[in-house]
Amino acid sequence: MGRHLSTKLLSGLALAVAIGATAIASPASAASLKMAWKQDATGLDPHKQTAFSSIRLLELIYEPLVRFDKDLQIVPAVAASWEFAADAKQITFKLNPNAKFQDGKPVTAADVKASFERLLDEKTAAAARANFLSIASIETPDQATVVFKLSQPDVPLLTAMASINAAIVPAAEIAAGTIGTKALGSGPFKLDKWEPNSKETLSVNKDWAGGKVAIDGIDISVLPDETAILAALRTKQVDFALINDPLVATLVPKEASLVLNRTPVLAYHVLQMNPSRKPMDVLAVRQAISCAIDRKDVLDTASVGEGKVTGPLTMPGYTSDASALFCYKQDIAKAKKLMADAGFANGFTATVIAANGEPATAAAEAQVLQSQLAEIGVKLNIKMMELNVYVDAWLKGDFDMAVALNGGRADPYSMYNRYWTKTGNLQKVANYIDDTLDSLMQKGRVETDPAKRKVIFADFEKHLAEVSPWVWLYTSYSYTAQQKNVQGFVPTPEGSLFGLSKVTLQ
Amino acid sequence: MSYLARRLLTFPLVMLGVSILVFVAIRLVPGDAITAMLGTEAGLLTPAQRTALSAYFGIDKPILVQYWSWLLGVLQGDLGISVIHGKPALTIILERFPLTLQLALMSMCVALLVGLPAGVFAATRNEKMSDLAVRIFAMIGQSTPNFVVGLLIIYALSAGFGILPTMGEFTPLFTDPLRNLGQMILPAITLGFAFAASVTRISRSAMLDVLSDDYVRTARSKGVPKRSVIWRHALPNALIPVVTLSGVEFGYLLGGAVLVEQIYALPGLGRLVLEAILQRDYALVQGCVLFIAFNFMVVNLLVDLAYVTLDPRIRLGEGN
Repeated sequence: MGRHLSTKLLSGLALAVAIGATAIASPASAASLKMAWKQDATGLDPHKQTAFSSIRLLELIYEPLVRFDKDLQIVPAVAASWEFAADAKQITFKLNPNAKFQDGKPVTAADVKASFERLLDEKTAAAARANFLSIASIETPDQATVVFKLSQPDVPLLTAMASINAAIVPAAEIAAGTIGTKALGSGPFKLDKWEPNSKETLSVNKDWAGGKVAIDGIDISVLPDETAILAALRTKQVDFALINDPLVATLVPKEASLVLNRTPVLAYHVLQMNPSRKPMDVLAVRQAISCAIDRKDVLDTASVGEGKVTGPLTMPGYTSDASALFCYKQDIAKAKKLMADAGFANGFTATVIAANGEPATAAAEAQVLQSQLAEIGVKLNIKMMELNVYVDAWLKGDFDMAVALNGGRADPYSMYNRYWTKTGNLQKVANYIDDTLDSLMQKGRVETDPAKRKVIFADFEKHLAEVSPWVWLYTSYSYTAQQKNVQGFVPTPEGSLFGLSKVTLQ
Repeated sequence: MSYLARRLLTFPLVMLGVSILVFVAIRLVPGDAITAMLGTEAGLLTPAQRTALSAYFGIDKPILVQYWSWLLGVLQGDLGISVIHGKPALTIILERFPLTLQLALMSMCVALLVGLPAGVFAATRNEKMSDLAVRIFAMIGQSTPNFVVGLLIIYALSAGFGILPTMGEFTPLFTDPLRNLGQMILPAITLGFAFAASVTRISRSAMLDVLSDDYVRTARSKGVPKRSVIWRHALPNALIPVVTLSGVEFGYLLGGAVLVEQIYALPGLGRLVLEAILQRDYALVQGCVLFIAFNFMVVNLLVDLAYVTLDPRIRLGEGN
């Protein structure tokens, strides 16, 4: 009976595999790009959604006035041109006359005005509103011209306007209250179908003013496990995929049929200290921690070397030589001396919080930091939390230290005004401010000369590294993987997928 | 009152308890729907913006008021609206349930088809090498987490043979049965693997007990063929613990197999509830948990009723 049973079992398994094999997806239909990502969008309102995964979807459908190119230079989107007034208190946009929404109606100055008024209305509850508070009034002298009058000079406003959070939506849809339930933008793709956490179907917007798109559409599948995404790429079920985990990304080049796109991003990995808590309120203690940390070792161990050690400024055009910043070379002797001077020769105990899987390297980073700080007597207890629980504690400033991956911006002021100005919305998270930081930020905000701005923010960076409220660690890469027949995708430091509008399938 | 009627009467009470527990628990966890949607950007909200969002998510009223209005809805068959999906929670749950039910049934079939014969086989070869081999296999099966099995299967098939069932776009059974089975068989094997190991161990020990009973000895001494003694006389009596185990396991499976659904990207109940919790989609979490609890109670009741069929000596509800 035993043999009989094994034979049956084996044939059953063989059948199963055979059935599995019949279900293999045939290669994607000629001109539709099959794409996979781990995390799906969480909503369709471009003004309200801030999650990376939502932005990635919405920037295929909607367009802001301007957008960034691969070098983070501002290029036209809905607007064809723009001009700052000499005192930086007024900015005028000329709209692209060919720009149309996906229902065929033209994008007009009235739509732009209505979009920004919606964004600024507190009832909309758009977090990005904080970046547009200098807008005093919006004038529309004609159908194709929009003038923003500002209450104070605000040079970084233009970069804030390049965000999909400042997308131009139809005034009629705002009036109808359908923003968020219906996606109607002027971008290269139309959203035909969305099943949250499962799939999206996008088709090309033939009226798109940006030019002809070579593919018919994009079919996006949500595959929650990145190993499965790699397997789907391997078996050609998927043409293009987003990868978050550097460990999975490093496996992509081992597959002959796949190409890995690896782009440095603006987001930075950081150890945030809480200077409102003892003993992190003592400058020497914070500096000692900064000196005790070997940033390159954190990068190599936690992220298999996939990234670059960074100072506070991560955007091209503003980055400086990180090794010239305060204690960017590990110096244990100096760290111990600083601890002794501060009266903590025997160290102290603190808790560091980190979010499970967000980023994928969070736990590993916390562990490396724990072992490095042990060398100067600092005993770190690691507390791993579910992301939402972590965010709650982080927003309340309820931590001694936190391992974080914070988003970057193309402009230093937009990136840091929330933390390092006296009126910053996230001062209660940063818990540190001094006159130097605040005045340098204000100077940078109003200065229109790029060369002078660079000097101002270099001083800001140097001072921030010295007073060490946080220890900036490294920037990593954004990864996309694609089959070799997918060509023409240009990644950007923001991790944007807008480059898919230029993709061809060979 | 009949046993069945009394059991059915306990259902609403248990459901009420479950509803209170889940309602309170999901709100006690730090972080709310606002931080789930905005992450750290929630820190940029003004108080007026936060109020507007709280009203949007329905979390602006006191918890008792929220619970009462939700409960009134539930009594009328309305589990609330999912804010992420923009649809009634019940509609989404019922869309996802057929997949979960099919996966549970298929993995149970895998488990019983493999586990039961293996357990019986091992019992009849007690303490021989083949028994030891089955027991070792069962031990490995029970102690290997199913996500490891799933990832190994996916890796082996994709890297070794260049094949993989279609992922990301699920085909319902009645739309295209062959394609559906192609998508479901590997998850079912993955889930059934550990389950089969448990069935093997339980059925082996139950068979060993039964095989030493007097009536089996009598049957053997009467000259009944060995195969008949095992399959007709002994096995039916050894099934009760297997039914208990299968019932409990099946009840769990109806709650969704989170890890397996994640790995194979199946849109089942497990993934739905996980995502609902992570995104703090309150109506959906509450609806899912109520639905799962209800299924669990129904399965348990069916298991109890099955005992009577399997062993006519059992009289339900007449104890003490």
